Amino acid sequence: MVFWPYLLVAPTVLASAYLLLYPLVRNAVISVQHFRLGELIRGGAAFVGLANYREALADPVFWAVVRRTLLFTAVNVVLIMVLSTAVALLLSALGKWLRLLVMGCLVLTWATPIIAATTVFQWLFQSRLGVVNWVLVQLGFERFQDYTWFAHGTSTFGILVALIVWQSVPFAALSLYSAMTTVPSELYESAKIDGAGAWRLFTSITFPILRPMFGLILSLEVIWVFKSFVQIWAISQGGPGDATTTLPVYAFQIAQSLNKYDLGAAVSMITVLLLVVVLLAYFRQMFRQEAEL
Amino acid sequence: MTWRRLPLAFSALLVCVVAVFPVYWMVLTAFKPTKDIQAPTPTFWPTTVSFDHFATAVHASGFWLFWRNSLVVSIGGVLLALAVALLAAFAVARMRWKGRRGFILMVFVAQMTPWEALLIPMYVIARDTDMLDKLSMLTLIYFMITLPFTIVTLRGFLGAIPVDLEEAALVDGCTRVQAFRRIVFPLLAPGLMSTSLFGFITAWNEFAFANLLIIKNRDDRTLPVWLSSFSNTFGTDWGATMAASTLFMVPVLLVFLALQGRVTSGITAGAVKG
Repeated sequence: MVFWPYLLVAPTVLASAYLLLYPLVRNAVISVQHFRLGELIRGGAAFVGLANYREALADPVFWAVVRRTLLFTAVNVVLIMVLSTAVALLLSALGKWLRLLVMGCLVLTWATPIIAATTVFQWLFQSRLGVVNWVLVQLGFERFQDYTWFAHGTSTFGILVALIVWQSVPFAALSLYSAMTTVPSELYESAKIDGAGAWRLFTSITFPILRPMFGLILSLEVIWVFKSFVQIWAISQGGPGDATTTLPVYAFQIAQSLNKYDLGAAVSMITVLLLVVVLLAYFRQMFRQEAEL
Repeated sequence: MTWRRLPLAFSALLVCVVAVFPVYWMVLTAFKPTKDIQAPTPTFWPTTVSFDHFATAVHASGFWLFWRNSLVVSIGGVLLALAVALLAAFAVARMRWKGRRGFILMVFVAQMTPWEALLIPMYVIARDTDMLDKLSMLTLIYFMITLPFTIVTLRGFLGAIPVDLEEAALVDGCTRVQAFRRIVFPLLAPGLMSTSLFGFITAWNEFAFANLLIIKNRDDRTLPVWLSSFSNTFGTDWGATMAASTLFMVPVLLVFLALQGRVTSGITAGAVKG
């Protein structure tokens, strides 16, 4: 019965072909067509070669968005990696009860739905009744009285960073912590006997042994942050102005608000190509881990 | 010795406060009477408990409809994914065939699909095939989003069940389907449970496609889309907004509680491994 396995995977293959591969191909096709509102309704889009890509790449706004996306990704990922490493180290240093308590708190954060988190953060940073402004004023920063966080580009950017970091640290920290528990404790003991301090233990034992795990988490976070859309769209829709417009938001804006589906498709193709670079690094790392396949 | 551990305990508490405070503040606000919410000095613990905001949220127009829509698309998508993934996972974990490696590779790649980049073509395709404003389109998309992950984890769970058990059943005269139903399926049930619960959370939280594909028929919106436009519904009624957010989070919390230990061990491994 040689055909059985093929029959079993057929539904998966067919579904992926229609719901995944086809949209991807369609996106590529739209990106080389003239596809605006008229073509959406009437069909019959004409091929224009790479004109959309030329238009996107020639637009200084596009490059500003790319720079902003890279900055956004860098700030978020650095904060996520540093904080989650610190939390993971903290977890392994704690006693059983405190550790369970911290893990429970992290899981609660992790379980918070993104949309619920966006409404909560808007409430925390609300100008008149928000608790953040109240605390800042109590601490003596009078200028935060009724401060409108979402009216300023930099502060909105900062709140989005805070939100994404807050939501991402639990997964990264718990993964790093569970990897740390696999490091044989004899290594630490003998290093301690040789007089190594905490920092030395981390740089010469924990980090080198868990380098693949760090690489994996790092590439996952880069991918996730780079393509994050929901948080930005729900809180600021890319604004105020274009202060929080990153590549996925930009592609969506020009397609949905301006009906330039062709240009939006070209921008999202560029986004995917940039992601593929990171993805390749991720897959190389993962297949090294996953020896048997 | 104890005083040296003090900074550790302090950092642990700090992490807890930062992690929990936004959620705590959400629930606390939801239960506060409006006059306490608008007080110039906020209170940080419950004094008077009020259910008014929950009443406002529940009585908001369409609330139960959106709740039902979310349930339908999430459960529909996950059940579909489970059925399709079970077949594929069985072929991958239990059979040797040409192209198996390539198939697994494809599943891993599919799992990393940047769905945010497929919004535009999905919109065009839905429009072309008359699937715009239809919950069935969302169900199909949620099925596809959860499918690769479901295959990967089910393959892991299946791989952990010894083949010997199945072979023994075959020797005793069971057919392959019977062996699967009587031996493998009961052992697989916990795995099926946790996998589907995680798929459910993914679908329950999905916002981008629901926001894009349900436009004209506003009764077919799902909870996340409705909640994201809270200022249209509740204006500046933060109590009701927080009550609605709390209600939205409840099913997710229940799922996390049901999974407990698995959340940190199994799923991290599953998620990281692909």
